[in-house]
Amino acid sequence: MAMALSDSETMSSALSGSRRDLSRALTAIENGANFDFAAADPWTLGVTGPPGVGKSSLIGSLISKWADRGERVAVLAVDPSSPNSGGALLADRMRMQEADSADSVFVRSLATRNHPGGLASRISPMIDCLHACGWSRIVIETVGSGQSEIRIVAFADRVLLVDGPDRGDVIQAEKAGILELADIIAINKSDLPNSEQAADSVRTAMRLVNGSDTPVHLVSAHDGSGVDDLLEEIESCSFSVGRNRLRAREQLLSAWDSRLLDHPGLNEVLDSLETGSITLDEAVESLR
Amino acid sequence: MRIVIAKPGLDGHDRGAKVVARALRDGGHEVVYTGLRKTPEEIVRIVMDEDAAALGLSTLSGAHDVLVPAVCDGLREEGLSEVIVFAGGIIPSDERDSLHNQGVRAIFGPGARTSEILEFLEAASGRIESGEPVGVGENSGWRWR
Ligand SMILES: Nc1nc2c(ncn2[C@@H]2O[C@H](COP(=O)(O)OP(=O)(O)OP(=O)(O)O)[C@@H](O)[C@H]2O)c(=O)[nH]1
Ligand SMILES: [Mg+2]
Repeated sequence: MAMALSDSETMSSALSGSRRDLSRALTAIENGANFDFAAADPWTLGVTGPPGVGKSSLIGSLISKWADRGERVAVLAVDPSSPNSGGALLADRMRMQEADSADSVFVRSLATRNHPGGLASRISPMIDCLHACGWSRIVIETVGSGQSEIRIVAFADRVLLVDGPDRGDVIQAEKAGILELADIIAINKSDLPNSEQAADSVRTAMRLVNGSDTPVHLVSAHDGSGVDDLLEEIESCSFSVGRNRLRAREQLLSAWDSRLLDHPGLNEVLDSLETGSITLDEAVESLR
Repeated sequence: MRIVIAKPGLDGHDRGAKVVARALRDGGHEVVYTGLRKTPEEIVRIVMDEDAAALGLSTLSGAHDVLVPAVCDGLREEGLSEVIVFAGGIIPSDERDSLHNQGVRAIFGPGARTSEILEFLEAASGRIESGEPVGVGENSGWRWR
């Protein structure tokens, strides 16, 4: 039986091209390990949107096109853990056809778990790891329904928001702040009726929200229409200063949260708060 | 535990596999569901990329005699010897021994309760914790019940 490698041996094997050890290094990072990577600038895309709108399928279409262009594409597909059992059903990759065979595609499914500060705090080092191992396009998929998912997507340099053709679900999600973070919007399933109207109502909403000219693309992951244009838009996407600030803000909040939740005195302070022996202000003061 | 549930072979329905995947999730596991019609090579790849500790193979179509051994061999060749492999489906009793010899640690018939699969996984992770061999490429006569 092979001897288990230490985390740093695993990492150096990953850096020299071992796919298996890349996979193991990602697990180590997910579980809290930290590695030093040379300062670098990974290419990242966050993909988010309501459940079932076709995020994974659309990523699957983009993967094929990138792979044809010689890019190496890695996907981190995040799904929520069940609050009751702690388990998770991770089924995003079944929509990404090439994920299981092409050497230039790597897909890792992730559950949000009960990480201190959320999975968000582990996403950034995982991205650095993938980049250091030569993955030139890194995509993060989350279901855009809660604050913690928005925080995850905020670690990507560009954000694609996907919606379906029926109700303009995305507009409902506006209070979650996801519309402001989006650089590009795709209305998927254009092969179904009503997608034109959905695109129009999203365009209108965007103008009202932040007077923004966020591009809205009508696409179909099934028949491929509009996907080439979407890919060009993604590739040429330049970030606006405003959105960079929003992203930085989410990143700061998530780092702050993890710091707080990792604090050794947290339980004691919670005990005191519970019995009313200290005030909230005192609690904050003592956790500084 | 991170578990891949896969369905090798060509037959076209996966109700059983989905029921198992959900039950394992409800038992607290992280389950990667792969969808239909995977080749042995693809299944090995998925286990590798997902860094799964266990792999459950659902075989309805008599795929067990060729495809399950191919998956087990592939795992060993790729250095994934510690992965725990179990199988479910209609597998004739006289073929079970040869699957166990391939490193499959448990075989669940169509009537098996999902709670039994959870018990098996608990026993298997107990073996990992105490350093006893249980993976597909680890020399072990151990099998579930
Ligand atoms: N008609 C049509 N259906 C699509 C299209 N893209 C995806 N679907 C279907 O929509 C369903 C959900 O697709 P996914 O790609 O899993 O959607 P998702 O947004 O990743 O879903 P979650 O990750 O569960 O939130 C599947 O049944 C797909 O086959 C499309 O372009 N047209
Ligand atoms: Mg998905």
